Amino acid sequence: MRVRFDGVEVEAEEGQTVAGVLLAKGIRSWRTTRGGDRPRGLFCGIGVCFDCLVSVNGVPDVRACQRVVAEGDEIRTQAGAELPS
Amino acid sequence: MSRIETADVVVIGAGIIGAACAEALSAAGMRVLVVDRGAPAGGTTAGGEGNVLLSDKAPGPELDLAVASRRRWPELIESLRAELGDEVARVEWEPKGGLVVASDRDAMGPLSILAEAQRAVGVEAVDLTPGEARAMEPYLTEDIAGAVHYPGDAQLQPVLAATAMLAAVRARGGEVRGWTEARGLVFDGSGRVAGVRIGDETIGCGAVVNACGPWAGHFSVAAGAPIEVLPRRGMVLVTAPLPHVVGRKVYAADYVAAVASSHVDLQVSAVVESTATGTVLIGSSRQRVGFDEALQVEVLRRLARSAVKLFPVLAGVPVMRTYGGFRPYTPDHLPVIGEDPRFAGLWHASGHEGAGIGLAPATGRLLADLMCGREPEVDPARFRVDRPAVMAEVRT
Repeated sequence: MRVRFDGVEVEAEEGQTVAGVLLAKGIRSWRTTRGGDRPRGLFCGIGVCFDCLVSVNGVPDVRACQRVVAEGDEIRTQAGAELPS
Repeated sequence: MSRIETADVVVIGAGIIGAACAEALSAAGMRVLVVDRGAPAGGTTAGGEGNVLLSDKAPGPELDLAVASRRRWPELIESLRAELGDEVARVEWEPKGGLVVASDRDAMGPLSILAEAQRAVGVEAVDLTPGEARAMEPYLTEDIAGAVHYPGDAQLQPVLAATAMLAAVRARGGEVRGWTEARGLVFDGSGRVAGVRIGDETIGCGAVVNACGPWAGHFSVAAGAPIEVLPRRGMVLVTAPLPHVVGRKVYAADYVAAVASSHVDLQVSAVVESTATGTVLIGSSRQRVGFDEALQVEVLRRLARSAVKLFPVLAGVPVMRTYGGFRPYTPDHLPVIGEDPRFAGLWHASGHEGAGIGLAPATGRLLADLMCGREPEVDPARFRVDRPAVMAEVRT
């Protein structure tokens, strides 16, 4: 299946998480921190730490390690804190 | 650091109240040992929101204590900064003010009456039209009848505040010992408190302060002087950090009624605020379920629904976690601060329910004033231990 990450089409496997798709592409960070603008990606990997947040289809604060991709997902790097669009 | 073998005062409980009592006593020159059966500031103090509120209190002894405490907090933080440095004194103090919102005309009546009574005793309370309230809090629902703004309401991070006060106690020659359970008291020949039993050890001391929060009833039984302090459970939802959505402490007018109620059943009313890191805390619930810690999804649902009613934008925001705690509840809703009439040298400081963070510094000071024989700033009569609602029968 195909999803988009920051506007670029990316191949994904059925059942992969967003984090799985991004790591498979060699992408290790997909968020910047709210205070110091520092890069963040996967930390705990089990849904607890809320560090791997990403925006999916306009919904911010989605945990990349928990969200299983669906065909056509629009995944976007999240800059700081965002409200749902 | 050497371990203290004797102390002027042993404070049982290293929560915000125990820390405030120990800070005030050590400021008066006493050598203080604080013990806690768990981690310091790890019980009720870690399970709340950091409320320093005037708005939810009707004129009376609790409001008097709250006013003294609200005046004291910034002074105390400033003096801790001078004594211990910036890092220790950083407790996320935010004098942000509160906004109490009436959802309809029925709620507006009691809110206006309360605000009028509070103004009469000097609390700043400004009546707002729905438009004025929304100008202050742009994400607030349009569906309100009115609101009252309380510039005096404030917030801090309670764990940081308690540990800062405990740091001061240590700096003044006292000691804080976690994971240490006080098992009972030791008396001298005249029946006066002479020490505390801690494990196999006895620490000699001139006075003991029971600051065990919701467990103050338990300790009072172990001490042989039971008081009626019961646990009341509260839960809080935490959102992911958000951009600026909630500026003040915003809560629904029915919160005041929920605080004052004695119902056993679940009471939920929306209390919404941001923290320094951007997360939004959503309370509040009150339930008398003993010390049952089981997570109840229905409580969380009702919290979420009530918050979305105040701030519709929160409907699309994920909840990151939830936490809760037990608040020390007394049958007449007033704290217990003073010496036990049954044993000279046994003091109690508990029963602040959900207001302990706000009331802590004035409580500590009141206790220290009474213990040192100084004239107290706040009238201690209504908080005395020897009152019918609090004095429990010795159960055999």
